[in-house]
Amino acid sequence: MGNAKSIKIMRSSLGRARGLGSAKSGVGHWWAQRLTAIALLPLSLYFVLSVLLLDGANQAAMQRYMAEPWNGVLFLALIFALFHHLRLGLQVVIEDYIHTEAKRLAALLAMRAAVVFFGILAALSVLKLTF
Amino acid sequence: MAELTLPKNSRVGKGKTHKAPAGAKRVKAFQVYRWNPDDGGNPHTDTYEIDLDACGPMVLDALIKIKNEIDPTLTFRRSCREGICGSCSMNIDGTNTLACLKPIEEVKADVKINPLPHMPVVKDLVPDLTLAYAQYRSIEPWLQAETAPPPDVERRQSVEERAELDGMWECILCFCCTTSCPSYWWNGDRYLGPAVLLAAYRWIADSRDEATGKRLDALEDPFKLYRCHTIMNCTQTCPKGLNPAKAIGKIKELMVERQG
Repeated sequence: MGNAKSIKIMRSSLGRARGLGSAKSGVGHWWAQRLTAIALLPLSLYFVLSVLLLDGANQAAMQRYMAEPWNGVLFLALIFALFHHLRLGLQVVIEDYIHTEAKRLAALLAMRAAVVFFGILAALSVLKLTF
Repeated sequence: MAELTLPKNSRVGKGKTHKAPAGAKRVKAFQVYRWNPDDGGNPHTDTYEIDLDACGPMVLDALIKIKNEIDPTLTFRRSCREGICGSCSMNIDGTNTLACLKPIEEVKADVKINPLPHMPVVKDLVPDLTLAYAQYRSIEPWLQAETAPPPDVERRQSVEERAELDGMWECILCFCCTTSCPSYWWNGDRYLGPAVLLAAYRWIADSRDEATGKRLDALEDPFKLYRCHTIMNCTQTCPKGLNPAKAIGKIKELMVERQG
């Protein structure tokens, strides 16, 4: 018998092509990425308008603005859509470029932890101004 | 990680130059990728100067002329020389295409010819497409129906149902699209690639086929289907003018449609 490398490629090409079979998932990820992208169009516009509107405002004015239910809701929606979209996109980038199973899993876990952390941080900041 | 540079044993060196015969008026240089598995060396680029007045109009004509008259060791696949067999797919002037359909005069500078990108090379311009063919086999590209065909005629389709297959039956499996796709370069062992997904949709869209759901099940996978990031190289490069990106988009639409 040959070395480990030649044994590795002795699997039939059809066996390699079929691999582990279909994961029977993926459509949820793809659809969520599209939906959050659509949601982010008006939400980003709203965010830019808010920033322009609040240009030079002090903390009291900021608090009055955020205390309006609509503004609080829209900011929280923006944060949710943005960080969800960010997580989905970064997941694809990591899966595309990191091929070692252990490294990929580590990168995915670290990425998710970071996105959740900053997402909660952003949401808490808004809630603090809201109440 | 993704491979952004060539491994050491794949770096392409400079090769020999074969001068045009004396008295040639319209001289065109062809820079051709050469690699021989038997000599153990790195690949190199040989330059062949051709007198266009003594050569046919297509890049394949020039390759055949080189093999017949200058260098019989040059190795490439070709068969029909009219864009229907898909054998002579290669990278010409930076774009994957069929050598038999690519007019020499469309290339303004020297004609650079390389094998299809990011596939193992068998020799010179011949890529190893074994895995791509197996991926094609894995989508079961044949009609599957439980309903028995009528005893005296073929399975019937309406004109509209038959029209659904236009833009897909024309695919000749040259794999120009698949080997132009960065997503396939990085994850070709798991992503099926545009040519195979176009073929998969050809059977999903076939009104006579009864295995549509099973076919969609087999494709619903983060890698097999969803590594397509709509880069569109496939559609841009297809020498038959087909649109694999659109077929993949249709598959994704059906995936959503059957959710609810």
